[in-house]
Amino acid sequence: MPGSTGPDCVIKTVMCADYNNLAAGTPRQIEPCRIYRCWLTSTQPIGRQCDNSDYTPGKSNEYRNTSYRALAARQRAQACPTDDVVVNDLRTSVKPDAWVGQPLERREDAALLTGNGRYADDLGTRPGTLYAAFVRSPHAHARIKSIDMTRALAMAGVRTVLVGSDVRDWSRPFVVGVKQPMEHWCLAVDKVRYVGEPVALVVAQDRYIAEDALDLIEVEYDQITATVDVEAAIGESAPLLHEAVGSNVVSDRQFAYGKPDAGFASAAHRVSLKVLYPRNSCTPIETYVAVAEFGSDGDYDVLSNFMGPFSLHAVMSLALKVPASGLRLRMPRDGGGSFGVKQGVFPYIVALCLASRKAGAPVKWVEDRLEHLLAATSSTGRVSDIEAAVDDDGRIVALSYDQLDDCGAYLRAPEPATFYRMHGCLTGAYRIPNLKVRNRVVLTNKTPAGLVRGFGGPQVYFALERLMQRIAVELNLDPLDVYRRNFINSSDFPYQAAAGALIDSGDYHAALDLAAKQGNLEQLLRRRDAARADGRLYGIGFAAIVEPSISNMGYITTVMTREARAKAGPKNGAITSATVSIDLLGAVTVNVASVPHGQGHITALSQVVADVFGLRPNDITVDVELDTRKDAWSVAEGNYSSRFAGAVAGTAHLAACKLRDKLAVIAAAQLECDAKDVVFSNGNVFLGQAPEQGLKFTRLASGPHWAPAVLPEGMSPGLRETAIWTPPQLEAPDEDDRINTSAAYGFAFDICGLEIDKDTGQVRIDRYVTAHDAGTLLNPALADGQIRGGFAQGVGAALMEEFAYRPDGSFASGTFADYLVPTAVEIPEPIIAHLETPSPFTPLGAKGIGEGNNMSTPVCIANAIADALGPDVDPEKIVLPMTPTRMIELIAPAETPPADFKPTMAGDGERFSTSGSIDIAAPLEAVNRVLHDARALARVIPGCRQLEALGDDRYVGDVSLSVGLVKISFHVEMSIVDEEPMQRIRLSGKGVGTLGTAEGDGRVLLSRTDTGTRLEYTYAFTLTGKIVAVGARMIESATGIVLQQLFQRLGRVASGRAPAAGLWRWLTRLFGRKT
Amino acid sequence: MKKLAHAPHTIALRLNGVERSGECEPRTLLSDFLRYRLGATGVHVGCEHGVCGACTVTIDGAAQRSCLTLAVAAEGRDVTTAEGLAPVGEQLSVLQAAFRRHHALQCGYCTPGILMSCTDFLKREANPSESQVREMLSGHLCRCTGYTNIVNAILEAAATINAATAGKDPAGPEVDSQRSDAGSDV
Repeated sequence: MPGSTGPDCVIKTVMCADYNNLAAGTPRQIEPCRIYRCWLTSTQPIGRQCDNSDYTPGKSNEYRNTSYRALAARQRAQACPTDDVVVNDLRTSVKPDAWVGQPLERREDAALLTGNGRYADDLGTRPGTLYAAFVRSPHAHARIKSIDMTRALAMAGVRTVLVGSDVRDWSRPFVVGVKQPMEHWCLAVDKVRYVGEPVALVVAQDRYIAEDALDLIEVEYDQITATVDVEAAIGESAPLLHEAVGSNVVSDRQFAYGKPDAGFASAAHRVSLKVLYPRNSCTPIETYVAVAEFGSDGDYDVLSNFMGPFSLHAVMSLALKVPASGLRLRMPRDGGGSFGVKQGVFPYIVALCLASRKAGAPVKWVEDRLEHLLAATSSTGRVSDIEAAVDDDGRIVALSYDQLDDCGAYLRAPEPATFYRMHGCLTGAYRIPNLKVRNRVVLTNKTPAGLVRGFGGPQVYFALERLMQRIAVELNLDPLDVYRRNFINSSDFPYQAAAGALIDSGDYHAALDLAAKQGNLEQLLRRRDAARADGRLYGIGFAAIVEPSISNMGYITTVMTREARAKAGPKNGAITSATVSIDLLGAVTVNVASVPHGQGHITALSQVVADVFGLRPNDITVDVELDTRKDAWSVAEGNYSSRFAGAVAGTAHLAACKLRDKLAVIAAAQLECDAKDVVFSNGNVFLGQAPEQGLKFTRLASGPHWAPAVLPEGMSPGLRETAIWTPPQLEAPDEDDRINTSAAYGFAFDICGLEIDKDTGQVRIDRYVTAHDAGTLLNPALADGQIRGGFAQGVGAALMEEFAYRPDGSFASGTFADYLVPTAVEIPEPIIAHLETPSPFTPLGAKGIGEGNNMSTPVCIANAIADALGPDVDPEKIVLPMTPTRMIELIAPAETPPADFKPTMAGDGERFSTSGSIDIAAPLEAVNRVLHDARALARVIPGCRQLEALGDDRYVGDVSLSVGLVKISFHVEMSIVDEEPMQRIRLSGKGVGTLGTAEGDGRVLLSRTDTGTRLEYTYAFTLTGKIVAVGARMIESATGIVLQQLFQRLGRVASGRAPAAGLWRWLTRLFGRKT
Repeated sequence: MKKLAHAPHTIALRLNGVERSGECEPRTLLSDFLRYRLGATGVHVGCEHGVCGACTVTIDGAAQRSCLTLAVAAEGRDVTTAEGLAPVGEQLSVLQAAFRRHHALQCGYCTPGILMSCTDFLKREANPSESQVREMLSGHLCRCTGYTNIVNAILEAAATINAATAGKDPAGPEVDSQRSDAGSDV
């Protein structure tokens, strides 16, 4: 049971800030301090009520003794001889009984648990609000020839349809960080470049009608060959997505830091590896929501669950051709999960703004799950060739990356940030002086990539940490020795990495030791020995990651050359705002420009601010809604890049300090003392140690509202302070392309023990250990929540999740039955350990912690799998996600399918095949007649609306089928390509519909039986386009049933009876959507 | 046929103990009806194909996906949502309080559905093992928590309910003293 043993005491000298002097604008004083705690997370109940009705001023409180801090103290006492224990709380401005650091229960939860959340779709809309539905491309790559919306507009309840020509008239293409002649509009204007790309937007009086009308919009396309594979996309002959660019590579940058070539030339060993990182997403359970209204002043008012970065507000405003003040964006209190993904709603916001303009009414849209999986966003796929120059004992002398990023069909802001977010710390946790990098940004016919939790980290560390494993294997070294020899030393912080990251603080060796000890690595090694002796596949993997937080606005300009940067002007910083105010009854309110999606901002901020004013967290009102027209906000803000703990909470602390200092001056006048001697504690304001002679906080704090004339001389009235902070360490890229990409860098060291089932290929995680250093923890229970969530997503990315595309660009992961997300039975509980080396660069010493396991877990599991599979398996065959099928391919010989009639298949779409036989109670001649009679066939084919014969062996007609969520209408052409009369018919056909195309080929054998005719069929077909996304499994099983039924109907028609419709009706019901 | 499909029907049902009614088309999903007609916005829609479980409600005590149920099918039935779980006069039920204590939610979007499945489950399985809880939970997708805190909350709630039923624990349902203005969090 985790928590049953105490951790080692880790006592190191690090640099940290003197927080007394961290009021805004004060120069930071750096002085030596100590790590003051490390602990292991207990899996026992952790939270206590944040109410402190049992709080007795000046006394130790029982409930706090159940907290992390007490647990840590107990563990320290048990684990270390007292002489060695130095418990030194370095946060000198934070009292030992501070709220910060307590694993309090969440203030958000009472509302969320009782159905009283205020998510975007829960908020009211104006009377007359209309609803939108998007017509989306069924093709990965095609020219739009025409859009006919006549029938849709004639439908009752449909108000208007927005198309590309409107978009051209009223907006501009989105700006992007790479200057190339390519245009991305909110709706496709001439070409479609991915399956699911919005082509038109129907606006109707309700959502059901809008969705009905989608079927009535006829879009004619000219299909073009799609470019799907990223390595093929860079080839000379690859079809071009944006012809004017002349290539699918829209940016190609090379960097060298130190002397990499010399390092490689003189190295004792070179270890290299090619790895792929797939496209996946954290798929929040709440999908995109936006309500937009075009105002009479020509401005736009939007409510959406967009969460930032607010730099994208500029992208939207520019696209809408309004100043930033002309786009009012409001974000609700509660968000149903973002993980970065909600960033991708921004093009839809622009489309809805224009739809509102066209409709003359507010327009609302709630994305459905198919739309979300198909077209919302994706992590950036990456192909990395990584190589290290290594000396004999495993020290890395030089490192080289050659990376291709698969950004999808359009380079959509903030791309190509997946590359550049990590750029400064590409050397990870290691002292590697020489580095070279080539970054190529590639476009393919897939959904545009964007923010997905970990953003850049999973891609980099999947290459770097797999390489670390290979170095240990190839040099026959203990992997932990390789880590220890390469880690940045604790005495080296702040450490400037080769590419420019100024890594603020840490103790990587201590974190490794902590993980190994708390995870009982010794025991895992013994387990591995025993399992291997038994012939089982057991492996142990490791991963060390540096986790950047608080992104530098300037990092994206690293994609530009030095000259281009000089021309464009500098970009840097990570500006953050927070406002603290006191109302006329003396209560404190905090407002921040960070839009939470479950991270517990309200709880953590109330802890931070309560400490400053000597109040209880429940006394603090936290306003996390954001209105871009009313609240303080700026370019770098929003809920991304793990910036909450370090930047947002830190800035709230600074704002609270400003206001508290003002109150201290007011109190000093009343208490007749010096302002610096005023104490704020337990709801009172007093001098020194005499709370009984002090003032009630609420009385002191409400006074300035009612009697501004009695304020100390020279003091401005009002009790509202906004702090605006940016870390000065975040500068623009320098002349040599060095860039400090983030303000703070946390650390995680993970260990995974797992076993692969030889029979099923299933991976079973035996133990997962994750040791984190995120600086000061504001609320350890919230921090652990972030770790557990990131870990679960990491397990999903490692073993289950992938947006699958077919060679023709069809998307094959359109439901949660196809895109598999881990459930409670797949996620084990990780052992979590913490170490705290506070950041000297953030106001509270805190760093981000939310993305670490998205970065470390996939590769840690991959390393454990590599270890389990052993040296005989090609390391480059370890490809994410490591599904049982992929595992079986690596551990078991391939089975050869029995050879038989093989229908020839055209196209690269999703392939299906089925075969069977049926006895028909009708003579062979009658059956044969039906097969050649268009009118009879029309009655036989399920869903056939009409069928017409064109000559003896060709038919054309219309067929509608409902499979899964989607109703598919095909215009079908069939022909008999080969026939031996009365014995064998081969039928081939093609169907073209709104959701894609189908091509089929099959053979029917006829033979006489005692009771009539036996019909044996073998059919194969391919599907392309959007239809593939709804579920291969469902299509396969549905097809079997449909064909079976088709031939039953054939029998009935041939024997002169009416076809029974029961089964088909049942099928339609089973798979039907809202019909 | 088309006309019939769009003709409004009046649906009357019992929602969280209160008789309610509203108009809808025959094709209206129960999830949409509860949210937009009756205002039960605690019913969350996450996938509309029955996998994620966020929309789960109980109908006559049995947990069901409201996104795969037509509103007309709930005529005359007893429907409970997360809004109706806390006993009268309490802010939170034992189960809800255990979720808060264990940090068993983050964004909270999947939570109402999970609470409804748990409510049905704990009635049928008073003393579940961890693996039974995980099996039941596997009908729900949560992308924030990694599930363990949810499992712990459910196990603790089961133990609390059992103890209360056996008359051993006088504590009863957890009373929220976190805020004096119970019920509105902000």
